Amino acid sequence: MRARALAAAMLAAPLMMAASASKPVLIPDVSQRNIDIAYSFTGAELLLFGAILYPGGRQPKGEQPTDIVVVVKGPTQSIVVREKEKVAGIWVNADRLRYRSAPSFYAVASSRPIDQLVDERTRAIYELGLGSLQLSPASSAVSDTQARFQQGLVELKRRAGLYYEAPQAVEITDGVLYRARLTVPARVPVGRFTAETFLIRDGRVLAAAVRDIDIRKSGFERFVARAADHTSIRYGLVAVALSIALGGAAGWIARRL
Amino acid sequence: MDVYLPIANLSVNALVIVALGCGVGLLSGMFGIGGGFLTTPLLIIYGIPPTVAAASSASQITGASVSGVFAHFDRKGVDVKMGGVLVAGGILGSFVGAWIFQLLQASGQIDTVIGVVYVVLLGSIGSLMARESWTAIGSARGARPVKPRRRRHHPLIAALPLRTRFYASGLYISPLAPLLLGFSTGILTMLLGIGGGFILIPAMIYLLGMATSVVVGTSLFQTLFVTAVATMVHATTTKAVDIVLAALLLLGSVTGAQVGARFATKVRPEYLRLALAILVLLVGLRILLGLVWRPDELFSIELA
Repeated sequence: MRARALAAAMLAAPLMMAASASKPVLIPDVSQRNIDIAYSFTGAELLLFGAILYPGGRQPKGEQPTDIVVVVKGPTQSIVVREKEKVAGIWVNADRLRYRSAPSFYAVASSRPIDQLVDERTRAIYELGLGSLQLSPASSAVSDTQARFQQGLVELKRRAGLYYEAPQAVEITDGVLYRARLTVPARVPVGRFTAETFLIRDGRVLAAAVRDIDIRKSGFERFVARAADHTSIRYGLVAVALSIALGGAAGWIARRL
Repeated sequence: MDVYLPIANLSVNALVIVALGCGVGLLSGMFGIGGGFLTTPLLIIYGIPPTVAAASSASQITGASVSGVFAHFDRKGVDVKMGGVLVAGGILGSFVGAWIFQLLQASGQIDTVIGVVYVVLLGSIGSLMARESWTAIGSARGARPVKPRRRRHHPLIAALPLRTRFYASGLYISPLAPLLLGFSTGILTMLLGIGGGFILIPAMIYLLGMATSVVVGTSLFQTLFVTAVATMVHATTTKAVDIVLAALLLLGSVTGAQVGARFATKVRPEYLRLALAILVLLVGLRILLGLVWRPDELFSIELA
């Protein structure tokens, strides 16, 4: 909770600094506040939409157009990344690096490519884009190694569809309404996801807002996952009984055919 | 037809898994093996995490061996005393296996070790079987009669103390020998997710010198109990048994096994053994290539 309060304060800080006369306000929403994983879950498509409220009702004339960036993040995980090396003819895991909090999922959608919107420093502050993730490696390795591992990690996650950038995926209608579609693959862990929306103009973040999305297993899947975790002995016995019953039944049927 | 696997945390095509189980079942019915050495690598290639693959295929083998054990009991093809000793060793082995598994997982070498063990086992057993079936086929074609091998156990085994009689196997040996055999098979069951029949059967014939009529039944007896224990150990330690995955695999494999068993009676056993030998060698070769070829992905991620 403290971390979230801190994040909210961080997001609010630039708003106070930008407290000029023409301060727009963001009203974001997501199509689903809860995503239930059931037996046929193959991923979900999130619609992130909302409105930009200008003090005058419309975007003041003569100003630069505003841009929207939407970031969806999954719960952070503590992970170990290993790198393979050829030892005595076979490829084995050699070097490794631990990360205390890497997001399990990260997707960023924007109305224009992010490097055209904000400079590197702002990207790093708000973690906008795959090149600007703050992964907090738990190591004192030289920066070369750290960079190599971070690149390897991001590339691996990108290929699995768990990290991605979708430039130009945000549509802005009449300068006030925006929407973006982001897909969440089936391989994500359960937990609390956040959808952060940033309003950007002139390379500055004018407004920001956060919405939470809960992804959880439901029904039978929830029951199985809970049983495997909490009553593991009973779960194992059921698994063994199931295999014996199915195997026995098949043999019984086959002998009568 | 997509189905979400609640423990593996990903969705798979149910028909692919059932078909995979069916194919493995067909082979296991034909050759009288559990088929774990095929299921685990195939599941890993399909994208299932290795731990979940090994744990769930162990419970699939339990199901695949049940009807075989009953059939062999009817024919008096199980040496219960020998089987009991093997099971005792196997249970000890699966606990040690679980410990080794965790040790290797922590050091990040589990996948390499599994790969290397597979290559060594499949390579050596496969080439032994290929040679043996090749000479059998040659002699069946009237080339040169093979001298019937005298059934006897390895001299080292005769030196072990505490000899006892195993009537059904026709042996008077120390129970330490089958206990050790069961122990090492139990370790492999836990590590590789295999039943171990393809190691146990040759060892029973060539090392222990058991009567061949009880070899397959007793091996299945051991497999049934040890894979059940391995499932329990996985369920309580790694928590990686995916009951949905196991059920899908079983659905395919139990039907495939019955078809395979019927087919096996129509083919000459030497040819069947040669075919199995080639299959075993091919799987071993595929895993070897995976170890020596530069992998697409040098990095891997693991939850800490």
